[in-house]
Amino acid sequence: MPGLRDIKRKIDAVKKTQQITRAMNMVAAAKLRAVQTRMEGFRVYADKYKELISRLSMVSNVDESSFPLLQRREEIRRVHLVVLTADRGLCGAFNTNLINRAEKYIAKAKGEGKEVFLTVLGRRGASYFRMHHRDILKKVYEDIVGKYDYAFVTRMAKELEDSFLSGEADEVALLYARFISVLRQEPTLEDMLPIEPEGASEEDVNQIEYIYEPKAQEILRQILPKSINVQLYSRLLENEVSEHAARMTAMDNATNNCKDMITQLTLIYNKARQASITKELMDIVGGAEALRQG
Amino acid sequence: MAGKILLEVITPDRLVVRDEVDMVIATGIDGEFGVLPNHAPLLCLLQTGEARFKKDGSIEYMAITGGVAEVFENKMTILADAAELAREIDVKRAMKARERALKRLRQREKIDVARAEAALRRAMVRLKVAHRAGRLESIPPETMGE
Repeated sequence: MPGLRDIKRKIDAVKKTQQITRAMNMVAAAKLRAVQTRMEGFRVYADKYKELISRLSMVSNVDESSFPLLQRREEIRRVHLVVLTADRGLCGAFNTNLINRAEKYIAKAKGEGKEVFLTVLGRRGASYFRMHHRDILKKVYEDIVGKYDYAFVTRMAKELEDSFLSGEADEVALLYARFISVLRQEPTLEDMLPIEPEGASEEDVNQIEYIYEPKAQEILRQILPKSINVQLYSRLLENEVSEHAARMTAMDNATNNCKDMITQLTLIYNKARQASITKELMDIVGGAEALRQG
Repeated sequence: MAGKILLEVITPDRLVVRDEVDMVIATGIDGEFGVLPNHAPLLCLLQTGEARFKKDGSIEYMAITGGVAEVFENKMTILADAAELAREIDVKRAMKARERALKRLRQREKIDVARAEAALRRAMVRLKVAHRAGRLESIPPETMGE
């Protein structure tokens, strides 16, 4: 049986760990709220944007041939996969889940004879793919989660757009963690390019005549490319929300585990303490008895 | 006064303005246009430029970077890539951005001219708006850097 002092030391150590995990839990909760607010702010923009796009594509008869970003390639040979991960660990299986999903996707695409190459955002994913898929890793963004602004997103989207338009990629897909609830985040794949114009259902768009300046098609030509920015930005934000949620849950679990461990260790400690007291008592009693008899 | 119009200026990062105003003037792709209350439905592409709105006799200036404006049911929505009210403009930063853009344009080679020009335009608009709102005495001349 370990000495009393060792157990005591161990308890103190676990208590300190618990303090840290609890603090991290609270930090994650605060960050989660902050990013959620940002995401909601952006939703106003994104919703309005979608509304405009569907209105414009309805009135202007989108003709795919004049919008290269809408064109589907007949043969998909090269796929560009964008993987969003976190910069930091200690968030449960968050990064692992994303990476596994990406691996599955890569394996499947390769099985179909397609070539895949990657853009990875987040240090965790970057270090993994650098190890395992160095040959297909095209571009890496690190230390950016929580620091990016819309200008950054615009630049990143531009690179993806160039990759598609130059024929380097026939398709651009995006993998991110969809936020379902604080307890559940799911790796989700989404097509980015070619752009799938959202089915503008006639009911959604009011039928009132607008004045367009310049022509509706021209406006659409200008603003359609920006819908990649909108998509990318909202996914980045959502991925960040998921990360904080995952970390919150992970740290909450860790705190609880610490608590259990402390309870158990305290139990062992008290038993050991009692045992040593009993032993001492027996020694005293034994000694006294010997004296009396002697 | 014939009522007011609700003006909303939204950027990806925040809601810049949401206010009942008397008149809005924005810079469309073909030049400035004004919107008064009860304007007909309109959808207009904006270029990087100045926008201003009048409310209770005072005029507020804004710098708008690209976007679209929609007018519908007495509400004008400006979806911009970036927008600042005159009082929010970081004059120093705009000055630096202008210098940077000019320097790039002077070098001429190995640069994305369109991008440098766009950056220059953004900086100029910000300075102009700051000047119009009385935050700058005059737009300082460009310094000829090295």
